[in-house]
Amino acid sequence: MAPSRSRLVVPIAFAALLALLFLVSLGIGPVRLAPWTVAQALFGRGDETARIIVAEIRLPRAILSVAIGAMLGLSGAAMQGLLRNPLAAPSLFGAPQAAAFGAVATISLGLTDALSLWLPAAAMVGAFVSVFLLLAVAGRNAGLTLLILAGLAISSLAGAATALAMNLAPNPFAALEIAFWLLGSLEDRSMRHVAMTLPFIAAGAVILFANRNAFRALTLGEDAAASLGIRVARLRLAVIAGVAMGIGGAVAVAGTIGFVGLVAPHLVRPLVGYDPARLLLPAALAGACLLTAADIAVRIIPSTTDIKVGVLTALIGVPFFLYLILRERRRLGAGLLP
Amino acid sequence: MSLAVEDLGVALGGRSVVEGVSFASPAGRFLALVGPNGAGKTSLLRGLAGLVRASGRIRLGEDDLAALAPRERARRVAYLPQGHEAHWPLPARDIVALGRIPHGAGDPTRLSPRDAEAVEEAMRLTDTLAFADRAVTTLSGGERARVALARVFAVGAPLVLADEPTAALDPGHQIAVMQALRGAARAGAIVVAVTHDLGLAARFADRVLVLDGGRIAADGEPEDALSAETLRRVFGVEAYRDRFRDEAVLVPWA
Repeated sequence: MAPSRSRLVVPIAFAALLALLFLVSLGIGPVRLAPWTVAQALFGRGDETARIIVAEIRLPRAILSVAIGAMLGLSGAAMQGLLRNPLAAPSLFGAPQAAAFGAVATISLGLTDALSLWLPAAAMVGAFVSVFLLLAVAGRNAGLTLLILAGLAISSLAGAATALAMNLAPNPFAALEIAFWLLGSLEDRSMRHVAMTLPFIAAGAVILFANRNAFRALTLGEDAAASLGIRVARLRLAVIAGVAMGIGGAVAVAGTIGFVGLVAPHLVRPLVGYDPARLLLPAALAGACLLTAADIAVRIIPSTTDIKVGVLTALIGVPFFLYLILRERRRLGAGLLP
Repeated sequence: MSLAVEDLGVALGGRSVVEGVSFASPAGRFLALVGPNGAGKTSLLRGLAGLVRASGRIRLGEDDLAALAPRERARRVAYLPQGHEAHWPLPARDIVALGRIPHGAGDPTRLSPRDAEAVEEAMRLTDTLAFADRAVTTLSGGERARVALARVFAVGAPLVLADEPTAALDPGHQIAVMQALRGAARAGAIVVAVTHDLGLAARFADRVLVLDGGRIAADGEPEDALSAETLRRVFGVEAYRDRFRDEAVLVPWA
């Protein structure tokens, strides 16, 4: 065992893969560009058309896929660490659903179209309202069960409100716009979207990373963790707020993209010896790889209409989720998990 | 370091479950906390550990425990909850190393020599070194209980609180755990263990606190605290008593 060496190998391997996917993502589209052309364009050299395509059309998209994928993977790992449950997902406390409602409401009211910058702002408001609602309902020192139930109620309410917004859409086009937006996509996003979402994702990531060692103590349960000096109630608040901020920012510009947050931590967990604290960075990198790869795939798959990346992640993610449940069931059957 | 508990009270959901509990102990004693179901044993222990809000005062040495920051308190009071939870399949050694968190060791794979030594010593005392590198979720119940105990010893706290450390263990492991707790007391800690096993309490503890209805019903050396009168009044049982190899034998009988 060489923990210090293996500790670096996993993140470096994922970072290398991510760099590769990033370059491919910049080269893929109606106009295919060779990696060398992409690299030249990134540094402001070479053909002007290629420069414009790379810098203004594909670069924001690639940055967003990396940042949002990373936030999803990181949030999933943090939620699973907090709840000590491998099936927990970032959407558990209702923040993404509330963010989606915030965005949809602005489209429905005819205030904006799907690519306006008011949309992310409204989505962030939705995410924060969901956090305050969650704490108002469950209380500041609530236990997990209460928080999960309150989160379930809030996400259901946000879902119903979203349905109402579609129902009341002023015209069929708005309804269609909402429906497509909800599917989750990174198409046609600009650097302004990147600037809008990155601060929130960065803040959320900082909050979650800052609490990573507490997830390790939580392995022993909340009482033992508290006896080791961890402020468990405060940790819960921090994780909920960090996830809401980061995922709210992600949903705001990309719509809802499911299952990356659930799947990414699972892919890397065995590689870090199941340590819930060391999991965070590789899970974020794996999430970034997954979403970037999915966003490349939707551009390669031949189809008459664009396939939305959120649809693809769900199509791949759900069977994986079922496989996880089956595996858990087998493990529970073998009595290995308490 | 001596312990002085004054007028401790714990209320859950507006109902008082522990009331007016006072006791004091010098260092190096093993105290067993016994009582019927619902007597408030776990609440008292959680109150001592600072896990629930408690009225009254708990002084450990010079310090008022309620006035300490969480990490300061964590260095002085080690707590073993019921059930020996371990949610991820981490190596047993890493689980034990979590006991060093109050000393600033956030990462069990990068321990300072002093932390590593404390972990090694705790595992030696609990006889867990043989499976130090195995995933804790693959261990048997008895092995896992010893790892949980090692994690508590690794803290190196002057006050050790253990909630039913022998529950669900076979007789050999029950005795091993009680011996380890008594060993920790002999090494200078004050150990308070909740148990339902009056026989183990009578044999291993230096002193027994009998809790009934949230109050102390009897307090003293095992043969005094677990007198026939107390057993009848608090537990509604009688007992067979004897001595075997110079240690007390007590078997509840009804």
